[in-house]
Amino acid sequence: MSEKLTRFFASRWGIILTGAVIGILAPLLQHWGNPANMGICVACFERDIAGALGLHRAAVVQYIRPEIPGFVLGATIAALLFREFKARTGSAPIVRFVLGVFAMIGALAFLGCPWRALLRLSAGDLNAVVGLIGLAAGIYIGVQFLKGGYNLGRSRKTHTAIGWIMPVMMIGLLLLLVFQVKVSETGALFFSESGPGSQHAFWLVSLAVGLIIGFLAQRTRFCTMGSIRDVLLMGDTHLISGLGALVVVAVIMNLVLGQFRTPAFFGQPVAHSQSLWNFLGMALAGLAFALAGGCPGRQLFLSGEGDGDSAVFVLGMITGAGLAHNFALAGAPDSVVDGVQKVGGIGPYGMAAVLLGLVVCVLIGVTMREKVEV
Amino acid sequence: MAQTVDARGLSCPQPVILARNAIKAGVFPIEVLVETVTSRENVKRAAERLGCTVQVDEMGEEFNLTLTK
Repeated sequence: MSEKLTRFFASRWGIILTGAVIGILAPLLQHWGNPANMGICVACFERDIAGALGLHRAAVVQYIRPEIPGFVLGATIAALLFREFKARTGSAPIVRFVLGVFAMIGALAFLGCPWRALLRLSAGDLNAVVGLIGLAAGIYIGVQFLKGGYNLGRSRKTHTAIGWIMPVMMIGLLLLLVFQVKVSETGALFFSESGPGSQHAFWLVSLAVGLIIGFLAQRTRFCTMGSIRDVLLMGDTHLISGLGALVVVAVIMNLVLGQFRTPAFFGQPVAHSQSLWNFLGMALAGLAFALAGGCPGRQLFLSGEGDGDSAVFVLGMITGAGLAHNFALAGAPDSVVDGVQKVGGIGPYGMAAVLLGLVVCVLIGVTMREKVEV
Repeated sequence: MAQTVDARGLSCPQPVILARNAIKAGVFPIEVLVETVTSRENVKRAAERLGCTVQVDEMGEEFNLTLTK
């Protein structure tokens, strides 16, 4: 039975099912309270968690998003049930940390991870098209490195307890949320009173959705970066059929729920229309994901099944979110001031950080080639 | 003489890349060693797409895939 289910989940219908379920649940989360076009955004939600912990002080994006622990723990449950939980680590963790930091800086320049890019696209935000082209461009560069022998080396089996660190940390986050810990008037935790951080579905609903998606994605290896990489690397359309299902179903859901807007660039929810930096931000994120071997969602699912290297990538992303807001690197949404349309985007520090990130990622790709014994 | 590809501990997509390189080299049978079910499914799918027949043997916590053409 278990082997039969594994076969189904590994099939094209399995990945299509997962994409479709995400396409249903993410727009519903928006309907139930999550920010517009942000039913699920791994980068944004990790950024909100960083804010709640006080790792940055951008007052509008602070909340412990239960979807993130849900993703990790859903994957843990699936991995345990199907006996795939395997503690492993040791494949260049510091590089994975750096890749995580820059992946987040790139994603926040665009204002969203690949998941949110798909959801923005499904609601009529044309900047998402620019972002997704950038993402594909970054992944294309990563594929060239992979073809050239780029490899971060082998991970090793390790103590089971090491594999549990990430799931336990996620339970800790949930406890902080449930007990609404506040150490002092001006101390952590921080919860937004306005802005995107203040908009959220009831926490149990968010957690349940996270668990369902985490479970399915662990079984089917759903990965936004991998979808594009597999097409570019070997013309394999298996994973990308999941992305297709996600977008088609999310468009229908957005139409049904009245969340679809007339397609346009300017003034989309929590988005900016500074196209060059939407492109370059996502190119940086795509390259970093490709070099790390998974999109931000996939890294969470892997960390849930005992992969310590993915866990380090996730911690890198959370750190990157702190840096991005403390150093004013993140994009600002478009706005209308006194009736005048003002295009948002990133400032000089953000531009410098995105370019620095691209240089660092290229250096990683060029210098870290390992000749693997065949 | 069988070719052996040891892809244990390598993260996605390395096992698939190594298996594809071995298939392109054209010496069969090819034995691919992997550690995770993910790698097992990925290598199997990629090899079958390239016209190989894949036999999977489970050895403890590892998998031994034999690719023939």
